[in-house]
Amino acid sequence: MGRYLIRRLLQFIPVFFGATFLIFALVFIMPGDPIRALSGDKPLAPEVVQALQERYHLDEPFYKQYAIYITNVFQGDFGTDFRGRPVSELMADRLPVTIRLALLAFAIEVVIGLTAGVVAGVRKGKFFDSLVLVATLAVLSIPVFVLGFIAQIIFGVKLGWFPISGYREGWMSLMLPAFVLASLSLAYIARLSRTSLVENLRADYVRTAKAKGLSSRRVIGIHTLRNSLIPVVTYLAVDLGALMGGAIITETIFNLPGLGRAVFDATRSQEGTVVVGIATFLVIVYMVANLLVDVLYGVLDPRIRYE
Amino acid sequence: MSDKQDTPRGDSDPSGEEPVLYADTVGEYVPSDVVGRQAATAEHDDQSAFRQSPVLDEVVGDLPRTASLWGDAWRQLRRRPVFIISAILIVILVIISLFPGLFATHDPRDCNLIDSLLLPSSEHWFGTDLQGCDYYSRTLYGTRVSISIGIIVVFFVTIIAVIGGSVAGYYGGATDSIIGRITDIWFVIPTILGGIVILSLIRSRGIATVSLVLIVLGWATLLRLVRSSVLAVKANDYVDAARAMGASNPRIIMRHILPNAIAPVIIVSAIYVGVIIAAEAALSFLGVGLQLPAISWGLMISVAQQRIITAPHLLLFPGAFLSVTVFSFILMGDALRDALDPKLR
Repeated sequence: MGRYLIRRLLQFIPVFFGATFLIFALVFIMPGDPIRALSGDKPLAPEVVQALQERYHLDEPFYKQYAIYITNVFQGDFGTDFRGRPVSELMADRLPVTIRLALLAFAIEVVIGLTAGVVAGVRKGKFFDSLVLVATLAVLSIPVFVLGFIAQIIFGVKLGWFPISGYREGWMSLMLPAFVLASLSLAYIARLSRTSLVENLRADYVRTAKAKGLSSRRVIGIHTLRNSLIPVVTYLAVDLGALMGGAIITETIFNLPGLGRAVFDATRSQEGTVVVGIATFLVIVYMVANLLVDVLYGVLDPRIRYE
Repeated sequence: MSDKQDTPRGDSDPSGEEPVLYADTVGEYVPSDVVGRQAATAEHDDQSAFRQSPVLDEVVGDLPRTASLWGDAWRQLRRRPVFIISAILIVILVIISLFPGLFATHDPRDCNLIDSLLLPSSEHWFGTDLQGCDYYSRTLYGTRVSISIGIIVVFFVTIIAVIGGSVAGYYGGATDSIIGRITDIWFVIPTILGGIVILSLIRSRGIATVSLVLIVLGWATLLRLVRSSVLAVKANDYVDAARAMGASNPRIIMRHILPNAIAPVIIVSAIYVGVIIAAEAALSFLGVGLQLPAISWGLMISVAQQRIITAPHLLLFPGAFLSVTVFSFILMGDALRDALDPKLR
């Protein structure tokens, strides 16, 4: 296990630098002058432009700019917005909402998705199984933003069960967005756990367990579930990272003051530094989640450790 | 036969859509289904000696006439309602996107402000938008953007993935490590997030720009799939046999490995068209995708969001079209998976 862990950690280093470099390079090669964007319609005096260029190291070569940027990121400095406020401060403000939303969505998808998937898998070919397959297919097909509006119209306006938008009622305001955010992964988890369970139920060790005369509850509950949930657990871990990044659309629709909404606002007001700063942070979160999944996979499935 | 095996013969077509086999009796290349049919007939003749057994007769009689994966899959697909439904939907959507004028009742850009925000009626089937444009015609024209971006992006992504994935999987070693590490880096950048970062910096964005960005960001998952599929096929004995006969590496990849490794790629590509269409709509909805005056479902929904209570039809129709389009491609992927992946049968 130790060697496996070390190998995964070592592989993480190039991915970390590669991904941050990629974001940096993609932004760098784009046409457009950040200082012109900063000044707006009225051109700045050449001295001011030069001073700003020096202050933000825009006169340095490309690789040096990246080195400065990544050093700053390590120190928790993700740049500043147009008003001179550090992006890290903005993120600290917005992060709690996003984390709450992600956790709530996560809980919803685990409870509902897993239950639906396992029950469907056990009753393969029965009515409930078909129902789960059709329902998940429908949910997978409806884009998140369409689903969000439908939820607003039905549960917010028509039925009045939940607040339509905003964050004034705390957890209650998060319920509807959390369901919408969870929907896609929920459908995916249901399908994944069903397929995995169905495949494992045909395995030799299940037949052995049945032949020993164990009750079907014990065969499924103890022997099969444990093995068939491995891919689901690893998917869940990546998904927690993805939920935080995927909240952009949901937070925009429901007007929640989270990180995703901040990214959206920054693209509207053309504040490139904020977009890149938060994107870098989200990619790091996603990367760490991926790393944890690899480690978790090694813990759960010993075969993985001996590649 | 072995010396002829290596004669280059139009190997430039890597897709191998119409697999062509060498038939030694005929002395020229014939489409595989012809060979397959001949082989099947020959088999029947050989077995005629055993025809006395009625049980065996039954078994032999039930044998599929061609045994190839594709022939088998096609026979399965033709009978499956899931495939038929999704194929019909996709054909309709493609026809609409090619010739929207055939079905539209109005010019989508010929708008009359007096008709602003009308509800659906016999004149305007889907009502009108804020500018008084016929919403039915606009929704139909929106098909064009979605279908073309979906197909363009998936076409190029598949090409990148097939080339990169088969090179990495087949050659292994340092080549595999380099391609693998690059893929790892791309893999941790979510498509929507990366798309927002890049597209928000581009001032004028058309179909080409959005497609390019989605291609640049979207190939990693599919490449991993091709690589693992190629690795699995590479272990087969017939690959060793081809190598022992002196076949070149590109020939082995294109003739022997890819035709057998491509099935999962086709399944995921079909689903991926739907995923890309949803991604384009999401980006346009967020205001970093296509821009007005382009006609795109994402843009229409973005405009509609301010009026979801007073004019819900503005949201409903493009939303429904978008969902049905994504649905048909996911369904097609499901149908292909059932037919092509024998493990899940």
